[in-house]
Amino acid sequence: MPETLVILPAAAIQRALTRIAHEIAERNENGADVVLVGIPVGGDVLAQRLSVLLGEIWQIPVPFGVLDVTLYRDDLGGRIAPAVHPTVIPFDVTGKTVVLVDDVLFSGRTTRAAMDALNDFGRPKKIQLAVLVDRGHRDLPIKADFVGKNVPTALSEKVRVRLDVPGRADEVILEK
Amino acid sequence: MSWNRKHLLDIESLTAAEIFTVLDTARAFKAVGERAIKKVPALRGKTVVNLFIEPSTRTRISFELAAQRLTADIVNFSADASSFKKGETLKDTARNLEALNADFIIIRHSASGAPHFLSRVVNAHVINAGDGAHEHPTQALLDTFTIREKKGKIAGLNVTILGDILYSRVARSNIWALTKLGANVTLCGPSTLVPKTFEQMGCRVTHDVEEAIRDADIINLLRIQHERQRQTMFPGIGEYTTLFGLTKARLARTKPDALIMHPGPINRGVEIDSDIADSGRSLILEQVTNGLAVRMAVLFLVNGGQGPHGVTVG
Repeated sequence: MPETLVILPAAAIQRALTRIAHEIAERNENGADVVLVGIPVGGDVLAQRLSVLLGEIWQIPVPFGVLDVTLYRDDLGGRIAPAVHPTVIPFDVTGKTVVLVDDVLFSGRTTRAAMDALNDFGRPKKIQLAVLVDRGHRDLPIKADFVGKNVPTALSEKVRVRLDVPGRADEVILEK
Repeated sequence: MSWNRKHLLDIESLTAAEIFTVLDTARAFKAVGERAIKKVPALRGKTVVNLFIEPSTRTRISFELAAQRLTADIVNFSADASSFKKGETLKDTARNLEALNADFIIIRHSASGAPHFLSRVVNAHVINAGDGAHEHPTQALLDTFTIREKKGKIAGLNVTILGDILYSRVARSNIWALTKLGANVTLCGPSTLVPKTFEQMGCRVTHDVEEAIRDADIINLLRIQHERQRQTMFPGIGEYTTLFGLTKARLARTKPDALIMHPGPINRGVEIDSDIADSGRSLILEQVTNGLAVRMAVLFLVNGGQGPHGVTVG
């Protein structure tokens, strides 16, 4: 068993999301222009929760979608094909401010793939990035607009986000 | 998810879990086909060769579009316009294609086992697009995908395959796939074309069409393959239609939710009544749409497979 450390318990995840929702509202004056797009696995659940929180702040429904970036990854060759998840974006992203939502920001390659993928669905006016955990070690010049928690990590460590697992509390764990 | 095969050569050697992996992956690719931009960069920079040593239109075009929608480059190669006419062997042709850095070879050949042979002599990923009367794996995968999409499951369904079974690679691949996934398979057709020996593959054989279609949830019709019959195996087309063709009268005696499939090309008025082919009970065109998604999934999955040597897990 690897050594594990809880870096965000359930209550802290909830507080971080509430703060991120207020920051998104502060940055974007017109809530009607904002849509949320989560990257599975993890970001889709967070996007849904942020949609509820922002809906309460703005008093309007804030649409959310799910964007699978597997087919846009730059590391598909030479490894077993990863699972492809469904993409569901039930709205037009053209002219919108799209807030991409991911659980962990690491190399930045997933975000790069997500921005490529979004372009195939339309031309957003702006793309912003919200993540629950920023663990550093970027390979690309990418920076999050909204961060739940900055966690300095070693490359060998793993960050695991557990959300909506039946019978277990939400938590973010660092595995040494 | 489980897939680490380098090639897709047949259905016989696949596990049920591997078949389901293809079907689940194909579902995501079908959604890609419904977008405004139907192209994804998953196979960018890869080269696919369509090596069709036997005529085909729909399968070749389906693979061609599948490769293009994955952003691969594709070259078509057909027997009549190639060096086969000049006496080059299959092995030499394939190795020449590989010398041009082909990453995938999609092969259709009149000889059973040609794709298996090819997979042993080249490093490229080999996909069987139909070999003789042996197998046509992507057809079986698209048929099971279509059945699962329409009926929500495959296990426990009654599937009747009606027509020329003996010469049909579509039938063999379908029998393997359906029995592995738990369907009850019935084969029916003239006794010369549906020998009892097929019972060894785990299905039921009958020569009574009324009985074969009565309890069927799916009726998969097969074309009479004139080109593969060495001599006439039944008296005539008219008699075939009378005894085994899916007519309106016969359709009326099936379950009301029984659905009709056909791998194409259809012979209207022979194995299927023209109006039935165009009716809401027919899945023929949906099979074509799903075929594209399934072939994209197969290309995507074998690209990640390294075969028995050097398996990597990401």
